[in-house]
Amino acid sequence: MTLATQQSKEAERGKKANHLVLVVTNNTIDKVYPPMILATTAAASGMEVDIYFTFWGLKLLDKKGHTRTKIAPVGNPAMPMPNIMGMLPGMTAMATKMMKGKIKKYWPTIPEMMQQAKEMGVRLHACSPTMGLMGMSEKDLIPGTTSICGASTFLDWATDPNSVTIFT
Amino acid sequence: MAISEAKPAKLLDTKGLLCPAPVIKTSQAVKQIEVGEVLEVVATDPGSKPDLTSWARMTGNELISMSEDQGAPKVYKFRIRRMK
Repeated sequence: MTLATQQSKEAERGKKANHLVLVVTNNTIDKVYPPMILATTAAASGMEVDIYFTFWGLKLLDKKGHTRTKIAPVGNPAMPMPNIMGMLPGMTAMATKMMKGKIKKYWPTIPEMMQQAKEMGVRLHACSPTMGLMGMSEKDLIPGTTSICGASTFLDWATDPNSVTIFT
Repeated sequence: MAISEAKPAKLLDTKGLLCPAPVIKTSQAVKQIEVGEVLEVVATDPGSKPDLTSWARMTGNELISMSEDQGAPKVYKFRIRRMK
């Protein structure tokens, strides 16, 4: 590679987005680990990170619900269990226990990852219409929640040319 | 002494850990050494090879060298110089 192409590549890199915007719409194990991994890694890479928690994702900011992330075997064809069995009482709890047991060996728990993200400067936002829908108020949110906001705020981040937005 | 042989100021063992732990722990460890000093990271996650390369590029730290042995599991060794 010539110095000139190397320098133009460097310049290109300089133009890379440095702000990650994530939308978390669900609070099942498989829908929460990927954005939390991206968020903490982005923060570790010097990026600004905003996470917008909406619908069931908002449970992660709920003082009462943030430790109860589960995984359901029903409607999940990748699970080694027929749907009709997954419907039986206790199957979600069983699948959750098995999955959390496996995960424990490699990753922190979700509340631990949320804590880690906060300490790294990741901003956590609660979706205001979802709060209304679920009858939640500011006092129901875990400490360290950055803001309660709506679609306009989200669009303000998402339309910034320096940002990249991912729905999970 | 060649640059690649500079003695590391700190060693970080992430063997057995998966993404994102090697990158997160590297970013924390690099803050514990002085600018110009070298951090040595060992990992078994095969993703750590492209991941730490990208991390170094994004954060402007210098990946001085990268090597892997032929063990099972393979151990990857990185030497990173803190640049800022």
